[in-house]
Amino acid sequence: MDFEAAAGEVHALLGENGAGKTTLSNILTGLYRPDEGHIELFGEHVEFNSPRDALDAGVAMVHQHFRLVSPFTVAENVVLGDHRDVGRSFFLRPRAIESRVEELSQRYGLAVAPRARIWQLSVGEQQRVEILKALYQDARILILDEPTAVLTPQEAGALFETIRAMAADGRTIIFISHKLHEVKAVADQVTVLRRGQSVATVPIVDATPRSLASLMVGHEIEAGRRQDGGQEPGEAVLELDEVWADGDRGVAALRDVSLTVCAGEIVGVAGVAGNGQRELAETIVGMRPATAGKVRVRGRGIRNGDPRGAIGAGVAYVPEDRLGTGVAPGLSVASNVVLKAYREPPASHGPILRTRRIRELAERVIERYDVRTSGPHVPAWQLSGGNLQKVVLAREFSGEPVALVAAAPTRGLDVAGIETVHSYLREAAERGVAVLLISEDLDEILMLADRIAVMYEGSIVGERDARVATARDIGLLMAGGEDGD
Amino acid sequence: MNNSLVVVVIASGVLFGTPLLYAALGELLAERSGVLNLGVEGMMLMGAVTGFWTVERVHAARPLVLAAAVGVAALAGAAMAAIHAFLVITLRANQIVSGLALTIFAGAAGLSSYLGNDLHLSGKPARYQFQEIFPKSLRDLPIVGPVIFGQPLLVYASWACVVLVALYLSRTRVGLNVRAVGESPAAADAMGVSVPRYRYAHTLVGGAFAGIGGATFSLSITPQWVDGLTEGAGWIAIALVIFSFWRPTLCLVGAYFFGAFKALPFALQGHGVTVAPELFQTLPYVATIIALVLVSSRAARLRFGAPAALGLPYAREER
Repeated sequence: MDFEAAAGEVHALLGENGAGKTTLSNILTGLYRPDEGHIELFGEHVEFNSPRDALDAGVAMVHQHFRLVSPFTVAENVVLGDHRDVGRSFFLRPRAIESRVEELSQRYGLAVAPRARIWQLSVGEQQRVEILKALYQDARILILDEPTAVLTPQEAGALFETIRAMAADGRTIIFISHKLHEVKAVADQVTVLRRGQSVATVPIVDATPRSLASLMVGHEIEAGRRQDGGQEPGEAVLELDEVWADGDRGVAALRDVSLTVCAGEIVGVAGVAGNGQRELAETIVGMRPATAGKVRVRGRGIRNGDPRGAIGAGVAYVPEDRLGTGVAPGLSVASNVVLKAYREPPASHGPILRTRRIRELAERVIERYDVRTSGPHVPAWQLSGGNLQKVVLAREFSGEPVALVAAAPTRGLDVAGIETVHSYLREAAERGVAVLLISEDLDEILMLADRIAVMYEGSIVGERDARVATARDIGLLMAGGEDGD
Repeated sequence: MNNSLVVVVIASGVLFGTPLLYAALGELLAERSGVLNLGVEGMMLMGAVTGFWTVERVHAARPLVLAAAVGVAALAGAAMAAIHAFLVITLRANQIVSGLALTIFAGAAGLSSYLGNDLHLSGKPARYQFQEIFPKSLRDLPIVGPVIFGQPLLVYASWACVVLVALYLSRTRVGLNVRAVGESPAAADAMGVSVPRYRYAHTLVGGAFAGIGGATFSLSITPQWVDGLTEGAGWIAIALVIFSFWRPTLCLVGAYFFGAFKALPFALQGHGVTVAPELFQTLPYVATIIALVLVSSRAARLRFGAPAALGLPYAREER
């Protein structure tokens, strides 16, 4: 793989999951060593054996999952590992660090209080801390790994301004993303990666989202929102009536949520992570008791906090945490497929499991859903994200559900996997299943949903018809209705 | 006045708490770097037996012999901790299993007993021991005499250690790195802090502290070698780290608190009251459970709770 970026440039790395974006950045930051080839920095040959080497050379990275110490203050996180002046000051000088952090945050528009503790900060603020860390270490090259995945459109806009300001200072920004419009908005140059190779580097002015997309997947893909406008929705299947529920910390995480999903309809729930989406899904499927209000499926109330009751009523669930809640990672694919059906024939006969039947069932699922695995005996954790999700979907659909709750069903999947999941969700709706799609990916919701409900701080702050909704409009609702800029 | 129950209990509480304090400070350092070492009891016994052996076999001036004994005890503790460190840091073995194995291997009826028997150490008092260092005039002062001035050198050294460890963790860059390694090794690693190096260093130093704690028994409190001399002090030290919310200064308070529980039955006996010492020995654990309940809320856990990565092996993630 060849890759080159100039000083003062915002260079986007575009590619599907598994295209090698993260591996490349891990090599650049010294976490991995290249098997072959070399890295040159400002014309000099360098070799990174550890993250410290890379930091010393001025290469820093903002990981997708933040590398922050949550009980520490912002200033403590920023100074962590900094050893350039150990000789001069063995002791920490909090005042000096705090004022330097303050200065940097003002210069680059990274508003965050130096003395705040990380766990008190929002995700967007935490990301600013990560960038401050890099700036404090005088990073000349800054790698941002999918930085907008956790941000509202407004926060993303602010981040883009920071990126431009840093580039204007002569720093090189490497911007990893798979979102075409973002790359178009912020980058100067874009390098497209596919299966571990760089397939092209083009100036952004010469690129169109369409040309980039086809470079990325190697063939043209259809994009855009739902064209047909969907079928006429049927009767109300899933109804939430003024539901309240507590979050893990005992504070109300769902506030007075009322929502109806009809047969054959896809309702998208948009929102920034942590605004009650997880609690919403868990309350519907009975994993979290509602403190007030009622969840009804086809007019019949579901008993509070009873997952088995919800399953019995025909609610299927594709959980957000695929490997933890979605499957039992240590069990085989076959066992996972029958995880909800093992109590009834043909999977069991009285208390005895019928392993051959289960195996056959699994084989059928593997074939029908095109799960790439060497057989039904393979433990689930060995499957890739996309294949795992197929197993989950297969299991959930096999119970012939009337309603489906899908939480972030495509998170972490590559383009092909996303397409598969999307087509299954559409299929389900066509068969008359009421689909509730909870996702932080606004594009996904705009593409699939008939109706969009926006969650903010546990409440549904607005509902829009998907055919007329705009990303800007929804983005404003996601940010609590305040104008971000 | 200096013979009153309260003064006696406090003065001997300080002495009895000192081995706990050393061991807990060591365990605190290891735990702050993310390594749980349940081998404290074993490391203490190794320190106790090797320290005692040094005093028996080395012939030199008293201060030199005692200094050498403390050094040997520290080395023995560190050597034991090295086994644990290798297993849990390099091989990423389960820390609980490895720590328990270490205590069984080195503890009572283990290596320390073997050494004690093989070197014929039991049944005689130490040739040299740590004694009170202040003159009698100071020691006879009311209250502060026995409590402050009536202690052996190891007590005063432990106070210095508390101050040093507290400053080290809260005020130095290296200390910040240690805390980061224990809270979020991935964050520390990404910032160029070597997680294994920090964990090895603090586990070993932790072992050395436990060794010195053990030697405090055999060279000052008892002062002789008996099989299983520490009587579970290593376990109390581990509880003490939790009780003190991983704070060195609270460790000191807790150690003397627990030390006083140990002293109380003996002092009461002197006043003609008989209570079962076993019952009193359970009080530290009760206190620890109460402390755990008090900090069980999320906000409290983030501020006072265990280092987030405690007990978890660290490997750079794939991807």
